[in-house]
Amino acid sequence: MNVIAEISRWAIPLLLLLIPVTAYLRKVPVYESFVEGAEEGFKTGVRILPFLIGMLVSIRVFVDSGALNILSHWLHPLFALLGLEADFAAIIPLAIMRPLSGSGALGVATQLINEYGPDSYIGRLASTLQGSTDTTFFVLTVYFGSVGIKKYRYALKLGLLADIIGLIVSVWIVTKVFY
Amino acid sequence: MVNLIWLLMLAVGIIVSAFNGHIENVTISAMKAAELGVEVAIELIGVMSLWLGLMRLAEEAGLVKGIARIFGPAIRRLFPSLKPDSPALGAIIMNLSANILGLGNAATPFGLKAMQELQKENPTPDVASPAMITFLALNTSCITLIPATIIGVRLKANSANPTEIIGTTIVATGCAMFMAISVDYFIRHRRKT
Repeated sequence: MNVIAEISRWAIPLLLLLIPVTAYLRKVPVYESFVEGAEEGFKTGVRILPFLIGMLVSIRVFVDSGALNILSHWLHPLFALLGLEADFAAIIPLAIMRPLSGSGALGVATQLINEYGPDSYIGRLASTLQGSTDTTFFVLTVYFGSVGIKKYRYALKLGLLADIIGLIVSVWIVTKVFY
Repeated sequence: MVNLIWLLMLAVGIIVSAFNGHIENVTISAMKAAELGVEVAIELIGVMSLWLGLMRLAEEAGLVKGIARIFGPAIRRLFPSLKPDSPALGAIIMNLSANILGLGNAATPFGLKAMQELQKENPTPDVASPAMITFLALNTSCITLIPATIIGVRLKANSANPTEIIGTTIVATGCAMFMAISVDYFIRHRRKT
């Protein structure tokens, strides 16, 4: 655990040191090459801007409307029927939010952790869910958009399948490990 | 599908807001989100320039090829359509490493770079290539060894053991990642035959 944390802490400073030094030793004009490469950053940023705005607007309007709370309210009896803990429905907004928006999901997870307590069932499940899988929908639209791909084929289904597996396994493993 | 989801989120959001009597929230949310989009992009330009500059150095020093040669054999199996010395492999490996280490804002530039390289080898420029889909499946389900942000949130909420969720997180994302790769592999093979 501590070893991995240390690696994460040192990774960037070491890369920042080792790459330029190696390049210099191999007779690369380090500063000029760096600037040349950096130029691409601006172009890429501008290219993904419309995709970012399009997605963020739609996601924000949906989330801020409170539609997720209504949905989880509806699903409440279904989970009771399945024999899951009563407050399990509280996790639904997070599960839906996770593939859509990173900051949105973090907001919901933080709220759940503070409301139910970090060491409660919901708190642990929210933490696990937040750490597992990325913002599939968002990554797909921005990454594909940046290179002009219009037809995603089965990419979205595959990504969402992974998210659903992540959710199911999260519920299973949290129950198994802590209860 | 994307078009439909995009429209649904927008329409449901507006309808629910109207029913709740907070229709003015829609205006605020939409404007704020548009502004946020620019903020995110501008921030990304900074980090992206830094990493793409460094990436260029690594390329010219032959480091990217070196990394691709070391880790390539394992990764290449997942990307059979790529040339063995494809520059995309280096970017893919850097992206996954950054994801695993939880270096989120270093991962995005490498990811976008990988997409650009994959696009160069894509025979159909507006249709996703199988290699791109595999890469995105890997990318979005990738294991993070230390979910630092959520540990921070737990710490602030006075958890007795903020890091106890690392194990469960790794199991959950490990299963998701394995499933994504397997299904992707299955789809690719079924389409070929």
